[in-house]
Amino acid sequence: MDKKATLIVHSGDLDKVYSAFIIGLGALSMGMEVSMYFTFWGLERLKKGKLDKASLSRMNMLGLGRWMIRRRMKQAGVASLDKMLKDFVELGGKILACDMTMEIMRVDKEKLREDVISDYCGVGTYIKEAMESNVTLFI
Amino acid sequence: MGEIKVDCKNETCPVPLVETRKALRKASKGDVIEVTGTHQSSKKEIPMAVESMGLELLGVREEGGVWSIKIRK
Repeated sequence: MDKKATLIVHSGDLDKVYSAFIIGLGALSMGMEVSMYFTFWGLERLKKGKLDKASLSRMNMLGLGRWMIRRRMKQAGVASLDKMLKDFVELGGKILACDMTMEIMRVDKEKLREDVISDYCGVGTYIKEAMESNVTLFI
Repeated sequence: MGEIKVDCKNETCPVPLVETRKALRKASKGDVIEVTGTHQSSKKEIPMAVESMGLELLGVREEGGVWSIKIRK
């Protein structure tokens, strides 16, 4: 059986979501199976049109820090979150949405990127996958 | 058996790894994939991915800051 990585994306901050996707893509590229569970603030990134509409976890400075980091990332040739999400799904990665967060935040499925979400679930699904995983992270 | 070329020059982490994996998934058994790039960590990490997937690394070359890695699926 393939090795497995299971990531919880709790943060919706731009820098942390980037880290999550880079790690997820890295694991897929190494031949692992990957599931990313989006919960709490992370779920915000799965709303339609909101993937990169996020601030930085530090030094955001009312958007100035974000502007600077985005510019530097562009200069360095870093791929966009859109491309990363597309590649993630293409390589067989699974995107899961936490249904309790959806209830608390009053988010309906229609507001989310249903085209990329493979399932809606709770903590039991995560734990079951985490038990079978070689890598699990909380971001 | 075909030869597939993947150009990742001027791309950074994790694009060379990801593009290599995408090409490997599309390739048929026996195909040779040649990846070229300039991102230094990827030059080390693509062979790691090849090893962890149990594929055959045919060679790694570098000239003038551009590396080239050949893999057989």
